[in-house]
Amino acid sequence: MKLLRTMMFVPGNNPGMIQDAGIYPCDCLMFDLEDSVAQTSKVDARYLVQQALLTIDYPQQLVVRINDPYTRQGRQDLEAIVPCQKAIIRLPKTETASDVINCAAIITELEKKYDIPINQTKMMAAIEGPTGVLNAREIALSSERLIGIALGAEDYVTSMKTTRGSGEELFFARSMILHAARIANIAAIDTVYSNVNDEEGFINEVKQIHQLGFDGKSIINPRQIKPVHDIYVPSEKEIEKALQIEAAIKEANQRGLGVVSLNGKMVDKPVVERAKRTIALAMASGALKEIL
Amino acid sequence: MNNVKNLSDSNKVFYDLKDAIIKSGLKDGMTISFHHHFRNGDAVINQVMSVIAELGIKNLKLAASSLIDVHEPLIEYIKKGIVTKIETSGIRGKLADEISNGLMKEPVIFRSHGNRAAAIASGELNIDVAFLGVPSTDCRGNANGFSWEEECDLLCGSIGYAMVDAKWAKKTILLTPQLAEYPNTPSSITEDQVDMIVLVNNIGDPKGIVSGATRYTKNPKELLMAEMTAKVIDAVGILKNNFSMQMGTGGASLATARFLKEIMVNKGIVASFALGGITQQIVEMHEEGLIKKILDVQSFDLGSAHSARNNRFHTVISASQYASSLKTSAVNSLDVVILSALEIDTSFNVNVLTGSDGVLRGAIGGHPDTAAGAKCSIIIAPLTRGRIPTVVKHVDTMVTEGKYIDILVTERGIAVNPQRKDLAEMIMKAGLPLKSIDELQQMAEKMVGCPKPIPKTNRIVGIVLNRNGELLDKVYQVLEEQ
Amino acid sequence: MEIKKTSVSGTLESSDIMITLEKGNGGIEIELDSSVLKQFGDRIKTIIAETLMNEKITDVHVIAHDHGALDCTIRARVQAAILKASEEE
Repeated sequence: MKLLRTMMFVPGNNPGMIQDAGIYPCDCLMFDLEDSVAQTSKVDARYLVQQALLTIDYPQQLVVRINDPYTRQGRQDLEAIVPCQKAIIRLPKTETASDVINCAAIITELEKKYDIPINQTKMMAAIEGPTGVLNAREIALSSERLIGIALGAEDYVTSMKTTRGSGEELFFARSMILHAARIANIAAIDTVYSNVNDEEGFINEVKQIHQLGFDGKSIINPRQIKPVHDIYVPSEKEIEKALQIEAAIKEANQRGLGVVSLNGKMVDKPVVERAKRTIALAMASGALKEIL
Repeated sequence: MNNVKNLSDSNKVFYDLKDAIIKSGLKDGMTISFHHHFRNGDAVINQVMSVIAELGIKNLKLAASSLIDVHEPLIEYIKKGIVTKIETSGIRGKLADEISNGLMKEPVIFRSHGNRAAAIASGELNIDVAFLGVPSTDCRGNANGFSWEEECDLLCGSIGYAMVDAKWAKKTILLTPQLAEYPNTPSSITEDQVDMIVLVNNIGDPKGIVSGATRYTKNPKELLMAEMTAKVIDAVGILKNNFSMQMGTGGASLATARFLKEIMVNKGIVASFALGGITQQIVEMHEEGLIKKILDVQSFDLGSAHSARNNRFHTVISASQYASSLKTSAVNSLDVVILSALEIDTSFNVNVLTGSDGVLRGAIGGHPDTAAGAKCSIIIAPLTRGRIPTVVKHVDTMVTEGKYIDILVTERGIAVNPQRKDLAEMIMKAGLPLKSIDELQQMAEKMVGCPKPIPKTNRIVGIVLNRNGELLDKVYQVLEEQ
Repeated sequence: MEIKKTSVSGTLESSDIMITLEKGNGGIEIELDSSVLKQFGDRIKTIIAETLMNEKITDVHVIAHDHGALDCTIRARVQAAILKASEEE
């Protein structure tokens, strides 16, 4: 199970940061061709990220945030990144399901053109405005390429005539995105916390979104990795329970049973899924060294 | 000048540097010495050299504890034949460039701080006249790197290098801007060692002590290495009550202190002493009760300089007590030292002296002394700097022998000297990313490629001695492109 | 492709290389200054030339200011500069 606790933004036109990004223990890197890149440097960033994908071995899961695929920039981004077959495509400012479907169609063309298995290229959709929030469910269910949806709150709060605060302002959007993700069985990633120096505020926010049920958090600095991972460590009790379920699954498999049962009670599928995730989190955090 | 009686009494006090130099009997071919406690703020070397030049004295050996960018004017004195030999622990800046390009006929002799102290004490390095700038002295020569009378802006904290020169030089001349009341005690330099005191306007700017390097880093790569280093120290079982440590002043090394502090607080561990170049970080840990004693041979920032005055168990020690190999010295009691490297090779040999272009740009400092003395010596260095690999097959200049280095921490993995299988096992058990040094070297090469070797002439511009004073390596003149 | 106008890609930051492409004088000319000139100067020029030739550019004047860029960065900067230089105003 691939974890998405931390998705770190890396500006696409900064070679120093791109070449070092692999050393940080985040789960996922997101190379940005969109907002962090000046209009005049779009071409430069695109080639830089493309070259990095082709030459550097990153241990993390990779994502590239492209420009709006309805524009020439966005199409050229797809042309450059899809053939590398290294990164998930992140669609910015998703408003409707058709935004995803259109982008997916362009990707399909490219997959055909470059002889890449259809649907191999995965996508992630960022929801950054009220329309997108209200369409979250349709967006989440729009394409089998989608592996997750992410909240981008900076533009959203402005549209809502408010500012970032202690979380009330995002409660609805976060809940919508989470529900949509859970219905579609894909990941839900929370927005960035841009004040890197406010560690306490950051930790509070991560605790909040962890409790809500998000799979992880977008981050903008390596210093934010550890606090997130610390909060995503499962408790000993959770780990113990997960290990019992894991053992029950093994036993059921060995005995050729379709139903997993523990202490005489049937274990539901969501519980099985959750146990697997708990074990993955425990292993990633070092709380669990090996499954006995 | 509040003690007129003593002042008029003292035939030691001079108002003119020239008079003092004449009185010292300094002649052609002699050896003069200086300390570098004001680092890049030093005003003594250039001042003294200009008077010596005026007096027409030539052919001198200049034995400074280190030479820094500010000492660029020495280039002229070398060209004029006033200085013909240099012994130091390091050279930086333009002077270093020129020497690398063959400015001097005689190679510069590079000694570690410990070896310099030993060589001075044993008579191998004979100092005729030591010129030592001191922030405070009384009219007899009881001197300190700060003022007892009031918390003063003019200070450098420890004067540990100067203490050795004062003790052994045939003539010791102190330079100071004003006299303190007698007796200026306790004192690092004592009057029985001092021949003359010269009142001068300026001995140095304390702001020059602080290099950018001693600030707390926000560089994520350095923080990553620092955290890893703290975990390594924890993993190898050093963190017990009364352990002892020395930290470098690089960003990653300073940050390691922060991470160590966290672990020490969590585990309730207190260190017996911190040694070496001392920084504000160490002082804070001392003041919080995490480090019982500080042994300070050189104060690396103003915070530590003030602490040398104000904290009872922040003790100024001489370079000899710090690192001399003649008897025991404090380095022998170190549990762990964290050091930097410009290059480290697959045999763990370390270069901290010449840059990737073959040019002198660093200082040996106490590197080989602490590496040899400490039970566990850790190098913390990025795998590459820009396009230059740090982990290489062969170092350009050997400064510390690989047999003294136990662990290398990079941002892409940790390597342990094969002679320390015990450490490797503990690091592996802790789940830290252990790699072989060859693997790290190959990773670096894969990332940046293989740099073309720097063409050199066969002319020797520098000689590196090991901490016992034996020849360790030679630095050759860089061949200028045609 | 063809150099129709002067173009620039990259910055003067460390680990980057700033590539300027101008119309040439009948061949590939490369003016390079680099913080690692002694160690990597030849290598950098080779990478620049290779990338140009891959795009069939044989008549160009290149000015390169390097601050320790890796090969992949050099390639990317040259490619971006080529694309910009080949676009009509």
